[in-house]
Amino acid sequence: MALTVLTVDDSRTMRDMLKHSLVAAGFRVLQAEDGIDGLEVLKTETPDVVVTDINMPRLDGFGFIEAVRRDVERRSMPVLVLTTEADAEKKSRAKAAGATGWIVKPFDPVKLVDAIRRVAA
Amino acid sequence: MDPMAEIRDVFFQECEEQLAELEAGLLRMEAGDKDAETVNAVFRAVHSIKGGAGIFALDGLVRFAHVFETSLDQIRSGKLSAEPHVMALLLRAADALMDLVRAARNGEAVPEARTQGLVVEFAGLASGGAAEVRTVARVQVPVAPAPQAEPRRTWIIRLTPKASLYAKANETALLLRELSRLGETEVDLDTSGLPDLAELDPEGAYLCWTVTLETDRDAGAIKEIFEFVEDDCDLEIFERPNFNFFMEEAPVEEIVADNSPAPAHPYAHPPVHAPVHASLAPPPGGSEIETNTPSLHPVDVMAAQAETSSSVSATIRVDLDRVDRMIDLVGELVITEAMLNQRVLEAGLARTSAVAMALEELEALTREIQDSVMAIRAQPVRSVFQRMPRLVRELATQTGKQVRLLMEGEGTEVDKTVIERISDPLTHMIRNAIDHGLESPEERVAAGKTAEGAVRLTALHRSGRIVIEVADDGAGINRPRVRAKAIERGLVGADAQLTDDEIDNLIFLPGFSTAAAISDISGRGVGMDVVRRSVQAMGGRISIASRPGQGSTFTLSLPLTLAVLDGMVVKTSDQTLIIPLGAVLETLRPNAADIYPLDNRNSVLALRGGYVPIVDIADVLEFGQRSTIPEQSVALLVESEGGSRAILLVDEIQGQRQVVIKSIEANYRAVYGIAAATVMGDGRVALILDVDTIVSVTRETVRTDFARVSSQGS
Repeated sequence: MALTVLTVDDSRTMRDMLKHSLVAAGFRVLQAEDGIDGLEVLKTETPDVVVTDINMPRLDGFGFIEAVRRDVERRSMPVLVLTTEADAEKKSRAKAAGATGWIVKPFDPVKLVDAIRRVAA
Repeated sequence: MDPMAEIRDVFFQECEEQLAELEAGLLRMEAGDKDAETVNAVFRAVHSIKGGAGIFALDGLVRFAHVFETSLDQIRSGKLSAEPHVMALLLRAADALMDLVRAARNGEAVPEARTQGLVVEFAGLASGGAAEVRTVARVQVPVAPAPQAEPRRTWIIRLTPKASLYAKANETALLLRELSRLGETEVDLDTSGLPDLAELDPEGAYLCWTVTLETDRDAGAIKEIFEFVEDDCDLEIFERPNFNFFMEEAPVEEIVADNSPAPAHPYAHPPVHAPVHASLAPPPGGSEIETNTPSLHPVDVMAAQAETSSSVSATIRVDLDRVDRMIDLVGELVITEAMLNQRVLEAGLARTSAVAMALEELEALTREIQDSVMAIRAQPVRSVFQRMPRLVRELATQTGKQVRLLMEGEGTEVDKTVIERISDPLTHMIRNAIDHGLESPEERVAAGKTAEGAVRLTALHRSGRIVIEVADDGAGINRPRVRAKAIERGLVGADAQLTDDEIDNLIFLPGFSTAAAISDISGRGVGMDVVRRSVQAMGGRISIASRPGQGSTFTLSLPLTLAVLDGMVVKTSDQTLIIPLGAVLETLRPNAADIYPLDNRNSVLALRGGYVPIVDIADVLEFGQRSTIPEQSVALLVESEGGSRAILLVDEIQGQRQVVIKSIEANYRAVYGIAAATVMGDGRVALILDVDTIVSVTRETVRTDFARVSSQGS
């Protein structure tokens, strides 16, 4: 069965770009526009991997990951964060919040898919 | 369409939204808004543009956005305060960013000079900022490392996960799976750290793996697998030296040993069953078996979600084409419904019959569907209003005037097509207000006003229309000058008796320009007449109110939608016509005694002490015969958008109804005196009258005779 990936990003460009790359890799893609929206999607869907942006309105990536990790049902869900540059501070904050891994923007579709496969059970 | 091109389009569309957001946020900050979320939103806008630009390798844009973002980040973190000079720089940077985005969209190069000055200024903002500016994110085109044909080597990897590794949803099994993809592996599991069941923490980490990997891939490939878990485990990776070369002290590559003390002497032949590493993290949570620690309680999460979901206003993006298709279909539905209604009436069914009553319900529903569909296309005027602050800044710089722009009602909604078409008239009205309305700071001070002039842009709904006002607190219309100019241009007679309102309205006449010299701002070959024409073309009205010394207010009144119209159905010369209801002031039966012929074609009607020109529609539209004998027909007092009045003579009024506007121009060609067409209930096409054209034409022919009759009548 195709892996299902939830992408959480407030930028439509980024969402479209992610979707384009992920669909090409044969994944099923769910989309959310920010952390709140992402949590909303997770109420009804159980993606194999979540890819989330950090800077987002309403609920940012850190808060989103923390909420996922607090949820007993979802806590073992791999969550990758998108960071614009290899920002060590953001990376470690994301890790502290419970991020499984990260993807550096602008992402290379091959690496993106690779990173997702790497953390997907 | 190529998917990348599509995403590119989306990107630029999104950039426009972000730029608008950016500017609005900066303006709020400039006005003293200290809300962290405002700064965040501004930061996000720039950040988002940078991110997207990275995808499309728009280097110049990425570099500038990064510099911009760096300063915003400093404000966000309190390292830089939003003082006026900082805000001014940020606003100019927003303008530059907009130019960069537009240039990128059109594939144009932007001269380095456009941003260089700003970059230097940004560098000067923060102490030590100059160094930071250079740490610009380069767009990397990442190249997947080509698998290097390395000689086959054997690696020993010892992995001791901490509990935090699992807490972040990483899995040892997956790491092992990845390793096995690199080559042949042999895995040994050390379970010696496992406590008794009673003491076991289900979320603890007690195991230790040792993997022997034989691969032709380099160390980097192995290291990459553990990229995400570096801090959450003790990891040792070292090469098992080839025994043949053992004696030659082959260099041993030690790669990662972040959290574990690096072995002082790498094992020449490491024990496969390594003892549990001394730094193995003690099981977190001690002996607790409880999985639901308070912070994990599901109720917390649900509460957080409930709280947030209440503020969610879910939106979807839909192609405009789909909405338009729906509007078309609903239009057809309305027409079909009207046809059905008519057939039922013709069949002589009683109003109380079940069919007629069901039909009434259908009519109400149809109307509701139509309103709902129209509402989908409604958008706040914000997108247009947001462009105005920049315009005002530019104009202020060009004219040397000090201007404060106040905006109200940006959330007022109106149909998307209307929004698209008000941008130009609005831009011109603002130009006009600043260029002609506001005085120079010196003049203002001399007149006892503040040096800074105000321009107020307001949008509101009023009686089913949207009203947009552009008000300035300038000198007001200089009536003697306007009048003199109009006489000079031959627009009015030298002896014309004009009221103040009439003088004010002269500025809307074609060929009128009050600027003594054509300035490069308002005088772009576009006068207020063009503004009025474009407003009228949308079924709108523009009017002006001016008070000398206190300023002028231009009021734009537009229909909320351009797709439907409330019309009066009339008949003349056997033709069915629709007259926009908004233009009809009243209907009356004229008395023969009140009609004063001017010549054999034109006449006026005496109405409550004044005179109104009479228009025979059949004549103007050349329906052939002059059907109407004035005293036997119905007179409609109509008012054009410019405020001119006329009496339209028709044979009979058949009723009022909402009609779906069908463009004649798009389907045939522009027809003089006709604004559009519609399909009636009986399936026939009816033309919608262009009241303004009809009235203005009549007024011109009648005007010359008007004064004469006027003086006779009084």
